Amino acid sequence: MSAASLSASNGHPSLRLYIAGETPGARRALANRRRLIKALDGALQIEVIDILVRPEEAEQAGILATPTLSDDSIHPPRRLIGDISNLAEVLAYFGYDRKDSTR
Amino acid sequence: MTAVNNEPPADPVLERVKTGVEAFDDLVMGGLPRGRTTIVGGTPGSGKTVFATQFLAHGITELDEPGVFVTFEESPEEIEVNMASFGWDIRRWKNVAKLAFVDASPRDSDQIVVGDFDLAGLLARILHAARSAKAKRIVLDSITQLFDHFIADQALVRRELLRIATALKGEGLTVLITAERNSEYGEISRHRIEEFVADNVVILRNALDRERRRRTIEVLKMRGSRHVEGEIPFTLMSEQGMVAVPLSSLRLEQQSGTKRVTSGNPELDAMTSGGFFRDSVTLVSGATGTGKTLLATHFLAGGVAAGERALLVGYEESRGQLFRNARSWGVDFEAMERDGRLKVICLYPEAQSLPDHLLMIRELVEEFGPQRLAIDSLSALERIAPETGFREFLISLTSFIKKREIAGLCSATDKSLIGGHSASEQHISTLTDSIILLRYIQKVDALHRGLMVLKMRGSDHDKQIRRFTIDGSGMHLGEPLHDAPDIFGGAIGDSSAK
Repeated sequence: MSAASLSASNGHPSLRLYIAGETPGARRALANRRRLIKALDGALQIEVIDILVRPEEAEQAGILATPTLSDDSIHPPRRLIGDISNLAEVLAYFGYDRKDSTR
Repeated sequence: MTAVNNEPPADPVLERVKTGVEAFDDLVMGGLPRGRTTIVGGTPGSGKTVFATQFLAHGITELDEPGVFVTFEESPEEIEVNMASFGWDIRRWKNVAKLAFVDASPRDSDQIVVGDFDLAGLLARILHAARSAKAKRIVLDSITQLFDHFIADQALVRRELLRIATALKGEGLTVLITAERNSEYGEISRHRIEEFVADNVVILRNALDRERRRRTIEVLKMRGSRHVEGEIPFTLMSEQGMVAVPLSSLRLEQQSGTKRVTSGNPELDAMTSGGFFRDSVTLVSGATGTGKTLLATHFLAGGVAAGERALLVGYEESRGQLFRNARSWGVDFEAMERDGRLKVICLYPEAQSLPDHLLMIRELVEEFGPQRLAIDSLSALERIAPETGFREFLISLTSFIKKREIAGLCSATDKSLIGGHSASEQHISTLTDSIILLRYIQKVDALHRGLMVLKMRGSDHDKQIRRFTIDGSGMHLGEPLHDAPDIFGGAIGDSSAK
């Protein structure tokens, strides 16, 4: 059992990725999001929230920095600021085990 | 041949945004320049958040300019509670969408930073809040907390802060950013943000001066515009917020009236060619027991008898004592108070700071609306303040009295019984219009009391030294003392008198 929460819909853990428009940092974070989901063999949901489009979501969550990958389902929320390029570090921080076969 | 340019030159005067701190707005020619960024630096507890909130409050309540409060330190709820005592109904402003909060205060979360990031999230929230509130003013309080939040990425925070400041300027907002200082007279702010984001720099201080707290506000820099230099004192008052004490040097345009009012003593009126001027300040100086309080009592009673309202602020004697004294000279203070013609306020000088005394007197005058005011005595106030503070106080007080066209009378106590000067006398003599000296005069047979009108601006007056007596109906001026020894100052009298 991982430390991450389970979403009600399909039993997969669910995170949120806050970005602010199409910045280079946001593009890197979005690419890394796909790598992250792949590394968990699809058993992870990451909702993308563009703060420029939904600023009230960021206000509610109290997001200052972007990109931020956040587990808002637990209290206090766990947050990782940055473009999540180091997958191993991201996995370790959220307590996931790698599920794909590569490497 | 020169070309004639018919186009008016671009107006070099920047539009001003009033902060609601009146005397401060005077310092900066009407307010903070619109569309610019002002850094307000101060040590913890110097009043930064109060000033910032007042800036927003004034816009919302007086000028219909909505605002945004970006808070990095306290939560919006804490600010709401803390500012309520100043009479600011933050909840209501929120409900009617005149004030929007961006809550960037520290929240309970586990957080690490891995890789590159920016503060676009914060900027997006701020812009969203500003646009939905149609804000004209915005406060960021305090930016120091943001640096502390991203302690390992100081260069990044600087870069992002500059970006935020630029974006806010682009929106036409007038920006007030508070920043913490480590010491009252050290570098301007901890992260030197003033160097890269500020058009203007204002410093708030809460310094210890002779064991007393003295709050001041100073304008350090105003890009492209003028300002008055130097620190001016301020105080924090409930239901009002920050109230700065104006320096009268800014407003020396009091009209000088020619209307006379009675001194309350017919013989003294005769000596002064018809009494004091309506908008003038008279100093009564003398040793203890020479009759200063008596002269003040005459002055007040004379006003009341002429249908005026009179205010007495006593710093040396209790109400009971003052009333007893008055009764012994045939003046009924109680009846005058009952009729609403007199107000007597007594308190210890030590009860509050000098700026607070000044503001209290101003408030009393606004409330009661007296035509004459007596302060007994200034010397008592002098002992609670450093010299510069006392001079500032006197300047502000005398200019206020004149501006309100009140006849003022202040007493000062000499330290030595016979002759001598009080320090307040030195300070105030150039600021007052008239000076009356009361002295003990030693003669061969007995000790007499003498009175002399030393100076009376804009009027002729009796320059003789007059002996006087005190009885159940007050002061009675008698014969001139022709052979008084030289006790009224070096230039007066005959030093060879026996």
